[in-house]
Amino acid sequence: MKPWLWLVVFVAACALVPVFGNNYALRLATIMCLYAGLALSWNFIGGMAGYPSFAAAAFFGLGAYVSAVLQSKGLPIGVTWAAAGLGATVFAALIGMAILHLKGHYFAIASLAVVEVLREVVNTAEDLTGGGMGMNIPLPGMPVDVQARLFFFAMLTMTVLLLAVTIVVSRSKLGFGLRCISQNEDAADILGIDTTFYKVAAFCLSAFGVAVIGAIYASWVQYIEPPDVFDILYSVKPLVMVLLGGLGTIFGPVIGAVIYLALEELVWRNFLTVHAAVLGGLIVALVLFLPNGIGAVIRDRTKRAAVRS
Amino acid sequence: MTALLELRNVSRRFGGLVAVNDVTLKIAEGEIVGLLGPNGAGKTTLVNVVTGVHPATGGQVLFEGRDITRVPPFRIARSGLARTFQIVQPFPKMTVVENVAAAALFAGRAEGMAEAFEAARRHLDFTGLGDAADQVASTLTLAKRKRLEFAKGLAMNPKLLMLDEVNAGLNSAEVEDAMRLIRKIADSGVTILIIEHIMKVVLSVSRRLLVLHHGELIADGLPEEVTNDRRVIEAYLGKRYAEKAGR
Repeated sequence: MKPWLWLVVFVAACALVPVFGNNYALRLATIMCLYAGLALSWNFIGGMAGYPSFAAAAFFGLGAYVSAVLQSKGLPIGVTWAAAGLGATVFAALIGMAILHLKGHYFAIASLAVVEVLREVVNTAEDLTGGGMGMNIPLPGMPVDVQARLFFFAMLTMTVLLLAVTIVVSRSKLGFGLRCISQNEDAADILGIDTTFYKVAAFCLSAFGVAVIGAIYASWVQYIEPPDVFDILYSVKPLVMVLLGGLGTIFGPVIGAVIYLALEELVWRNFLTVHAAVLGGLIVALVLFLPNGIGAVIRDRTKRAAVRS
Repeated sequence: MTALLELRNVSRRFGGLVAVNDVTLKIAEGEIVGLLGPNGAGKTTLVNVVTGVHPATGGQVLFEGRDITRVPPFRIARSGLARTFQIVQPFPKMTVVENVAAAALFAGRAEGMAEAFEAARRHLDFTGLGDAADQVASTLTLAKRKRLEFAKGLAMNPKLLMLDEVNAGLNSAEVEDAMRLIRKIADSGVTILIIEHIMKVVLSVSRRLLVLHHGELIADGLPEEVTNDRRVIEAYLGKRYAEKAGR
């Protein structure tokens, strides 16, 4: 029951932001939900199944472009988001069947290649996507502050949905099977686990989450271009967040996203010219000294405290 | 006699190397069969061929009369053919009971997680690992890890259990325990194929022996016949010894 309680606390805390916070806080909270959603999505394939995927940027860009193209054809915004999610899921199933038999570094490189291929495809399909010129997304006819709230709640809903799916999956046969695969895939196979199906399922869940978030992002920023939405940082950031928070755990990705965002903001403000280098250094230090994530440190502390008392 | 497992002219090549060459054999329901052979004879490869890990490059594998030569490993596992690994393969970060529950859930008859864990505890008690149920698998001693392999194999609810060198690395007391366990499993109605390179161990439980050498099946019969077979003695002790012994 405990994870569901934390989920409610998380939602309540986030929902208060638009009530009390200013526009800066609202924007920050939207980005936080975006990050948390990406991290939770990546956790399915990277954390639970143990496959180091760099394909997140591919799904992010795919979702953004599917939604943008459909919106430019006049479809309602919600329909385009759903279409982005479903499209990416089908795409991930096909790609997954092709590359998920690769292991370790080979899989990482193959998944990275998917990002590059999609970026080039979008770049060349000028008639549909505007190519390197990028795409303007039609403005929803409403006041700016209402828009800001709308996109914040859209991101929040998606994050909460992904968190709920994470809780359900981690307690189900699927989650159990994925844990087996991440620890010893050959043994999992010989114990009767359909490893291909399980891995593809994790990859699809991951793609669905990332793509819908990409679609909401596109509608939010209202202008997208290939180098922006197929940015490899969308693959790397969720990975770092999950490592920070705790690989394969339920709330680790959310905690990692919050920490990452806090670091990003602080470093950005205080080291304007060298922020990328400082942030990189911090991440390396954190991953080196806290290999199991900050969640593990908190768990160990509370355990030790419990033993002492 | 209806064969539970049947191999018809099975071969397995790795590039130019023929690891298993034209093997034909039958195992009937309820048997305890020993598969012997010196190191590198192709015993483990044969198990890998049967379980679908390295499918046969020639010939046919039949399980309960069904052709499983090209069936993927997870389906073979679900159909009642379990194996243990020579080099133990636990899920290291899971507890012992979780390890066994996975086997019960995915290959055994358990419906749902609760039932799988219940079955797992039962199999752990049966194999004498009940006390270690909540320990993390990587902290077990080798003897206990081998037992964990037994428990996992049993949890899969197998018709045929293939034990790949479950005694390697154990001391003689531990071997005795393992043999008692194997007899107990056989008594519960599971057909067993024991893969070993130590003859003494197999002789104490098997009523029929198969001997593999350089990937070929060189003997198949009662223990007395097989241990007196000239080719078996050659394979184990060399040609000169066989000539001196005058057999």
